[in-house]
Amino acid sequence: MKPKAADTDKLLPLPSATLHILLALADEDRHGYAILRDVEERTGGELRLGAGTLYRSLQRMLEQGLIVEIDDRPAPEMDDERRRYYRITPFGRTTARAELRRLAQLLDLGRQRGLAPGKV
Amino acid sequence: MSSPTGGPKSRVYALLLRLFPRSFRDEYGGEMEALFARRRRDADGFAPRIGLWLETLVDTLTAAVRCHADLLRQDVLQALRTFRRAPGFTGAVLLVSALGIGAMTAAFSITDHVLLRPLPYAGWERLVAVWQSNGNYARTEPSPAVFHDWQQLNTSFESLGAWYSGAINLVGVGEPVRLESTALTPNLMDMLGVRPRLGRSFSQEDARPGAPQTLLLSHAVWQSRFAGDPSILGRAVRIDGAPATVIGVMAPDFSFPKRGMQAWRPLGFGEEDYKERDNNYLKVVGKLRPGVTIEAVRTEMGVISERLAKAYPPAPGATKAGSTLFPLRSDVPWRSRQLLMALVGAALCLLLIACANLASLLLARALVRRKEISVRTALGAGKGRLVRQLLTESALLALGGGVLGVAAGFASMPLLALLVPPSLPITELPRLDLRVLSVAAVVTMFTALAFGVLPALRACRGTGPADLREGGRSGVGGRRERLRGFLVGAEVTISVVLLISAGLLLRALSRIQDTDPGFKSAGVLTLRTALPSPEYDATLRRAQFYDRVLAQTRQLPGVTGAAYISSLPIAYGGGIWSVEVPGRPRDDSNQRASLRFVTPGYFATMNTPLRAGRDTDPSDTFEAPFVAVVSESFAKQYWPGKDPLGQHFKFAFMPRTVVGVVGDIRIRGLERESEPQVYVPYRQVADNSVSWYSPKDLVVRSAANPLDLMPALRDIVRAADPNQPISDIRLLADIVADDTAPRRVQVIVLGAFAAIACLLAGVGLHGLLSFGVATRSQEFAVRMAIGAERMDIIRLVAREGATLAAAGIGIGLVLAYAAGRSLQALLVGLNPGDLTTYAAALALVLAGTALGTFLPAWRAVRVSPAAALRAE
Repeated sequence: MKPKAADTDKLLPLPSATLHILLALADEDRHGYAILRDVEERTGGELRLGAGTLYRSLQRMLEQGLIVEIDDRPAPEMDDERRRYYRITPFGRTTARAELRRLAQLLDLGRQRGLAPGKV
Repeated sequence: MSSPTGGPKSRVYALLLRLFPRSFRDEYGGEMEALFARRRRDADGFAPRIGLWLETLVDTLTAAVRCHADLLRQDVLQALRTFRRAPGFTGAVLLVSALGIGAMTAAFSITDHVLLRPLPYAGWERLVAVWQSNGNYARTEPSPAVFHDWQQLNTSFESLGAWYSGAINLVGVGEPVRLESTALTPNLMDMLGVRPRLGRSFSQEDARPGAPQTLLLSHAVWQSRFAGDPSILGRAVRIDGAPATVIGVMAPDFSFPKRGMQAWRPLGFGEEDYKERDNNYLKVVGKLRPGVTIEAVRTEMGVISERLAKAYPPAPGATKAGSTLFPLRSDVPWRSRQLLMALVGAALCLLLIACANLASLLLARALVRRKEISVRTALGAGKGRLVRQLLTESALLALGGGVLGVAAGFASMPLLALLVPPSLPITELPRLDLRVLSVAAVVTMFTALAFGVLPALRACRGTGPADLREGGRSGVGGRRERLRGFLVGAEVTISVVLLISAGLLLRALSRIQDTDPGFKSAGVLTLRTALPSPEYDATLRRAQFYDRVLAQTRQLPGVTGAAYISSLPIAYGGGIWSVEVPGRPRDDSNQRASLRFVTPGYFATMNTPLRAGRDTDPSDTFEAPFVAVVSESFAKQYWPGKDPLGQHFKFAFMPRTVVGVVGDIRIRGLERESEPQVYVPYRQVADNSVSWYSPKDLVVRSAANPLDLMPALRDIVRAADPNQPISDIRLLADIVADDTAPRRVQVIVLGAFAAIACLLAGVGLHGLLSFGVATRSQEFAVRMAIGAERMDIIRLVAREGATLAAAGIGIGLVLAYAAGRSLQALLVGLNPGDLTTYAAALALVLAGTALGTFLPAWRAVRVSPAAALRAE
């Protein structure tokens, strides 16, 4: 079932877990634990995804076509057989971009009203 | 799915994972356990570990709930798609489940309302009705003297209150009006735990004999007669001609002792009242002390009755008085109870038949869907996931059926309300509240499980690649078919039971309706002008009123007769006195007769035949010899084989001579045996004696529509006494019809249930056979191709239907006879094995099953063999 472009709008706004998972997969394929670590590191420990939230999100994202499971894996000695690897799809990238654009527009709006957040 | 690290902590996590749907767990459980193990290794020290556990717990719970919600949403969407694709099937399931659930909900709510619900009084469980028993009569009213003794001697009751009901004439606000009222001892309101909405309750002082009269009004009367006037308290009115003060208004939902009571007055006694022990007119209700059982108080009251019988020995021939006690809540007329139980039984039958039908429908559908299910299994859906999907479908269908059923059940309430006896202090209609809804929900869940689980499990059992083959034989024959066959047989059985029960009750009803009440009710109007005391205490004063009203009424166009009587038959059955005949020993147990005071012309007006002698006439004055007209049964009982005319007997304090004999009247209603009747001239009663029995009901026979007389009758009564209200305007025919109204409702409802059941059984049979025919069309084609005749095929299909129908009918007949015997109390002597009823019911069932059999058989031979074989 190939998602159509119009589907992007239906998915927005993305739950924050979904967006973070997409960001984690943006530069490389990862397995579940690696996604968790990446999210934690990028947010400086602010966002700790639980296993339940992670896998439920992954399941839905698979169904929505945002990500796929991939069969090619690292060399066997580096791999735990139970691990599954996930890759972002082009649709996933489009959707992540759309979501970030939405957030940027929100930020612009806030700035216009003098509600600009200070430098972090 | 063992954890790589093992250990008790991993096992705890594995348990937590069980919260997730199985399909999710199978997919991700292993990874999640591994992930959790990594995290636990990373968390060093006590605090981080506790933090990890808390975090995990919250995460697991929220994610699990969301996973279930995801699945539910998917299943619901999928189910709705399925329903849209099969609108006929969906409609049939909704209709059948709505019928079953609706019948059960309606039957439950009405039965619960009448028999089970708490009475609207505080501490209602401890309220006990106390009667005096006397010979054959388990419930007679005690006198104030007996009530006083009970009060003094008992230790079981917290308090004991007394009351009696009687209408009053209220004058002083607009038109004079007649109100249903009850006089009660002041402690009764406290026992019931009620306070007036406005004003105060009765005090002991109000109840003292000779105290100024006080009055509490019902909310409805306050609204309708006093326009809800807030300054009503202290308002002076006149009750039966005497001044009285309104001291309060009760809450809208309060009524005692029965529905629709309009006013209450205080009841109290003086020493004078305790002298006469046979002045029996009180009803008594007591509130048990906490912890005292009804058995204990029965024992105590038995001992008290013995003591009283010793202290005041009964007259020779009179029976010894005892006591009868039962919880006030169970004071439901016996016949109402029977009618309701039969209704619940029938509703349960209908629900079962609906479930059987639904199970059969879903089973058939599941077989049809085996291919779809095999495809989904092949695509990787687990069995649990499929069962879940199918259960969601049946739950949704049941839910839809439940909503429709509750709506249908409550739409039928106005009809069923006729089964709520007006003698109870409860509202006419049951409320649709949480209690009823939760029962409806349980019934719905039961339905969903009954028809959903089995087919779902069956559909998924043993599906395999074989079902995917083109033209795969979709599970014909074998266990599945036998199960459906069993269900259809059960439906036939239940419909036989219902049809025969309904038929028996219908025959009983028509038997009752054919009973001759002893008078002709068509064209007779009745109304009540109850003359108040003390204004009308003098017999002559009353006679003047009756004579004037009757003379003018007889002048009205179309009127062929008019008379007054102390109380109408059927509507008011009481007024039973003992009879003393010279030369016969007194025997209170079966020498009783009903007493009625009448004006001349009563029998002619009612079309009650005069068998011998004469009617009472204007010459029967107080000064003339006391006479009586008696019923045939009275004459037969006391002077068998002799001429009753001129015989003497003592009745209602006076010796009387029989001057006439009339036909018997069913004073207690069409179903019940009535005591023999005695009619006494209206003038032959002493002033201020038995004033309760003074004539108050006017009967007018008219050749035209009797209701057209009302304006003229109002004018006549107003001219005779402008303060005299008119009440209880009714057609005599309606009074007779109301006597059988609860039965009529029951027969209508039961008949409808039976008809639906029969229809469902026919449809079930049709569905089963059609399905068989559809799946065997190739076999039939081959048979016909090799020379079988059409009749052979028809016989083949019909045999299956006939076998099921015969088995169902056979068992049904046996059960129907058992059901008929349990209904015997309602059958007024009709044999529970009544042949006519059985024959009619059998004919209906046979017609239904034959139709259900014949149509599929016909379809089997209509298929062209070539077409059937090509479809492969």
